[in-house]
Amino acid sequence: MDRLVFLLATGLARGLVVALFALSLVIVWRAARLVNFAQAAVATVAVFAAFAVTGATGSFWAGLAAALLTGAAVNAAVERGLVRRVPQGSPLPGMIVAIGLVMVLQSALGIAFGPRHRPMAAPFDERPFVVGGVPLLSPYDLFVLTVALALVGLLAWLFNGTTLGLQLRASAAAPEVSRLLGVRVPRMVTLGWALSGAVAALAALLLVPTELGLNAHSADLLFVHAFTVAVLGGLDSPTGALIGGVLVGVLVSLVTGYLGAGVAPLAVLALLTLVLLVRPAGIFAAAQVRAA
Amino acid sequence: MSRRIPASPVAAHSPAARPRLEVSGLTVTFGGLTALDGVDLTVGDPSGRADQGAGQGAETVALIGPNGAGKTTVFNAVCGLVRPSAGEIRLDGRPAPASPSRLLERGLARTLQGLGLFAGLTVLENVLVPVAGTAGASDAAAAALARLDLTVDAGTTVDALPYPVRKRVALARALVARPRLLLLDEPAGGLGADDVEALADVVRDVVADGCAVLLVEHHVDFVMAVADRVVVLDFGRVVASGTPDEVRADPAVEAAYLGLEAA
Repeated sequence: MDRLVFLLATGLARGLVVALFALSLVIVWRAARLVNFAQAAVATVAVFAAFAVTGATGSFWAGLAAALLTGAAVNAAVERGLVRRVPQGSPLPGMIVAIGLVMVLQSALGIAFGPRHRPMAAPFDERPFVVGGVPLLSPYDLFVLTVALALVGLLAWLFNGTTLGLQLRASAAAPEVSRLLGVRVPRMVTLGWALSGAVAALAALLLVPTELGLNAHSADLLFVHAFTVAVLGGLDSPTGALIGGVLVGVLVSLVTGYLGAGVAPLAVLALLTLVLLVRPAGIFAAAQVRAA
Repeated sequence: MSRRIPASPVAAHSPAARPRLEVSGLTVTFGGLTALDGVDLTVGDPSGRADQGAGQGAETVALIGPNGAGKTTVFNAVCGLVRPSAGEIRLDGRPAPASPSRLLERGLARTLQGLGLFAGLTVLENVLVPVAGTAGASDAAAAALARLDLTVDAGTTVDALPYPVRKRVALARALVARPRLLLLDEPAGGLGADDVEALADVVRDVVADGCAVLLVEHHVDFVMAVADRVVVLDFGRVVASGTPDEVRADPAVEAAYLGLEAA
């Protein structure tokens, strides 16, 4: 029982990170109708930037800021420099470009930094608190939970409580109509990509200290989990990304705890297959008609 | 994100202004199909109704014609959604913007046949989009909703509303930025008699407020009730224009609608 409680608690913390990354995929999907397969590679570039800045300044927070800025800037550059220039009639060319970008970025990181995993210290203690003899969340888990929940709240406010969020939602729902109403849709699409890059960078930065360390492929598994979450929740649904993220996080934690770490990726892929077979649009998918 | 929309485009209208919309020699082709062939059209000529009590250049022009005549293509060309192969489009004497997102700054608003409301957004959010980021946006939205007599809860998502109400939301959204030129694409389509009558009152009210209206419509009684001038398109060409009575008596119009040779 103690073990179950511990696994559920750590699964929740990990699940919120996965949910954040899935949210970043949802933001791009809503802005551009595209699954950004390069999101993990971009996030890894951002974490390398954080690693460099933290190493130079000794400040985790400076590194955090660097990760957010790098994620936003790289994704904005990807949208402006690449994705916008491919044919727009079908999502396929954009996705192929994104997959190509994964290879370019990961190869560049591999050439620049080599294959080894660089240890990345967490800003808080990773040993769990023990309550009544039961190990629960660590201070770092609590930090991750707090940051993730704060960001979710911030995103909810941005999208539902601000003028910019209204324009982002309108241009995502019906770009042509939005243009007629004076919304600068291309600018909104770029902003969506930038926002998405920052959120993905933050998720990766929160996760890496709990993994083997930092290398060019540090966020690959996070992407697989987050993609599963986005499909599970519906690529259009921020709520689905949140709930799906927690579900997948807990699933990974339980399978890792009871069956071994090697089985967890298989469990996630099995879940992805099941969702694609039973409900390919996702559990919380929005209505098909996007403009009333 | 701040945006540049004149606080009151109607009020900003200069006495020396040119027609709100001048279309000359407009030709649009889709592949081998000529959708518009040298269309000339003027809306809101200050010399036209200056002495009739309405705001200078405020008038209602109806663009009618059989299905496929090119009416909506005129709208799409004016709005920059299709690229003309020849001709000129001017708003207030200046070339129309190439980008549709600049139209509102130039005082032009449009409704769509398919309404184009944002599914999942509330009534208020839909109406706020054109004025988002401008000063007094909430007041403008409230005024637009009141003008359309929309008493429905503004927090309701538009998907849940009946069609006539959604249609009024779309019109409120077009009016919220107080345009100087309003393009209405089949505003009476799908409405019952009472709603059409209420719509006619709104159009007259909008024109009385100084806004010129160009509408595409099949509802003949509605057109005759609100239009100052009628322009008839057939096969992408203007075949008649004049007052409603003049157009009704024009044999070319009957030919266009019934497929007869004009006398």
